[in-house]
Amino acid sequence: MSIVSTVQPDLRRKRINWQKVLVIVLFAIVPLFLLMLFTYVPFAKMVQFSFHNMSYTKDKGFVGFDNYLKIFTKSEYVGAMLLSLYYMAGAVVQLALALLFASILSLEKIRGSGVYKAILFFPFLVNGIAIGYIFKYFYTRGFVLDSVLQAIGIPLESLPYWLRDQSVNNWSLVFTSVWKYCGQNMVLFIGAIASIDPTLYEAATIDGANRWQQFKAIILPGIKTVFMLNLILSITGSLSAFEPAYVVGSMGANGTATFFIKIHQMAHVSQKVGQACAMAMVLMALILLFTVAQRLFFRYVMKDSENTFNAKANKAKALW
Amino acid sequence: MSNVTTAVRDINRNAKMKRALIKGLEYFALLLACFIALLPIWSSFTTSFKSAEEYATTNAMTLPKNWLNFSNYAQVWTEGEMLRAFLTSASVVVVVVMVSVMMGSMLAYVLNRFRFPGNGLIRNLFMIATLIPGIAMQVTTYQIMKNLGLLNSIAGYMILMSGTDVISIYIFLQYFENLDGALDESAVLEGCTYFGVFFRILLPLTKPAIITVAVLKGVGVYNEYYSANLYLQSNSWRTISTALYSFSGPFKSSYNIICAGVLLTLIPSLVVFLLFQKQVYAGLASGSVKG
Repeated sequence: MSIVSTVQPDLRRKRINWQKVLVIVLFAIVPLFLLMLFTYVPFAKMVQFSFHNMSYTKDKGFVGFDNYLKIFTKSEYVGAMLLSLYYMAGAVVQLALALLFASILSLEKIRGSGVYKAILFFPFLVNGIAIGYIFKYFYTRGFVLDSVLQAIGIPLESLPYWLRDQSVNNWSLVFTSVWKYCGQNMVLFIGAIASIDPTLYEAATIDGANRWQQFKAIILPGIKTVFMLNLILSITGSLSAFEPAYVVGSMGANGTATFFIKIHQMAHVSQKVGQACAMAMVLMALILLFTVAQRLFFRYVMKDSENTFNAKANKAKALW
Repeated sequence: MSNVTTAVRDINRNAKMKRALIKGLEYFALLLACFIALLPIWSSFTTSFKSAEEYATTNAMTLPKNWLNFSNYAQVWTEGEMLRAFLTSASVVVVVVMVSVMMGSMLAYVLNRFRFPGNGLIRNLFMIATLIPGIAMQVTTYQIMKNLGLLNSIAGYMILMSGTDVISIYIFLQYFENLDGALDESAVLEGCTYFGVFFRILLPLTKPAIITVAVLKGVGVYNEYYSANLYLQSNSWRTISTALYSFSGPFKSSYNIICAGVLLTLIPSLVVFLLFQKQVYAGLASGSVKG
């Protein structure tokens, strides 16, 4: 609603209100300028550079789709893309656990539920580099994880090198990501469950519905917006996974380099900016593809509400 | 008759036992999850109190002999130049939070309270921007920063951190939607300027939104590593994240010292979390549920 239209009489509206113009321009110009500078200009350049063979200092000219072709013909890049499947699998487990704990904490009378919630959430606030050290220590041969597993009777000889052994190391990294984000997802779920009308449960209990029926009939529909948001975020997050492999996995050593790490190395180590931009374009296309596909899927399956699309986007930005 | 009562009693007892069992399982699951959430941090905590000799000879899960052995903390604090890193991070957090709060609230005020050509366009520009994953544009953003001469500049890093933020604008937009317009209308009728309305009446009213934005943005910037590493390569501008990252050089695999550094960096996050727990939870929800 506009102040001007309600406050000022119609006659005066035809005159330009200079104070209003001034306030709009002054208040909007800086954020708009920064939005252009750090979002739309880089985007336009990314599209342009992806067709060029160039470094940060030299442009060797237009090369058409060469950069794109290289991505799909080199197994190295395809392999890096496939690594995100590990993170997607982790994301599914993470969402299931988050939902489980959110339901327990909101629906059952749990003594000290606030404390559980805080403990499970806190990893989300831990500095990414700190997580790197914490988990390098955690996974070191014979250290924290191995000691705990030995304590429950598993001999050290049968345990793998968690960060070096290529059959498990990506799972080890995925676990750090689940460790960090599970509590955050849980808090979002708790918030969504809290917004469901409590009389619905009472009515359901009177009608003789058990916990599982209540969960399916009341909670799931009530939190579908947040559920979808979390799912999309986790999946797109999986596609652009970077921190675990960069920090815990020593910059993607031992076959843990995700696609984003490849982009980073291409741009800042090999200095092939054109190639890196093409890779970034592919990453973006994949993320958009997954976002739209999931949105359509959920609209079809659940007749979902509006707004989730925007909401997802906000969160994605916030997390990055 | 008595048969019926025993049957009812049995059913009741069975139901009760089943509930108790479920309840027990729930507590078990929660405790296990909390154990997993805390174990990695706990092991770093205990290790940070171990002397070099103790670290080399005892198991990672053994408790330290002396809980008051703060020598690792002293060493990492001085040799790791953590004071400087804390001051750098603190100034970045303060500036970025202030700029984000001002920009977010001002833009939200204009978009929410005035009807003008371009209002919808601006909203859409911000909305579409959220669909472009920022992570994909790191390469060209670096080139822009380079062309602007903002590499290795703390101001450049601060601008970048404040300029790539949409979430605070949304939090403020949402908040303004729920602020009654009658307030500013009457102020304008009494001759208050729009600037006066914003700064004297509305901004103080948005305090909850300001706290939410400040906490979320502050923690995010404090923990930020990727851009700090890329844009602040000079040693004099190490933030907490980049300083921490550099520890693997001088302290190699002396994890007892590194863990002390890790624990020190956790303290500000922990304090903010304990003080503003509600705002953190609410902020997450408001930043996500509605755009």
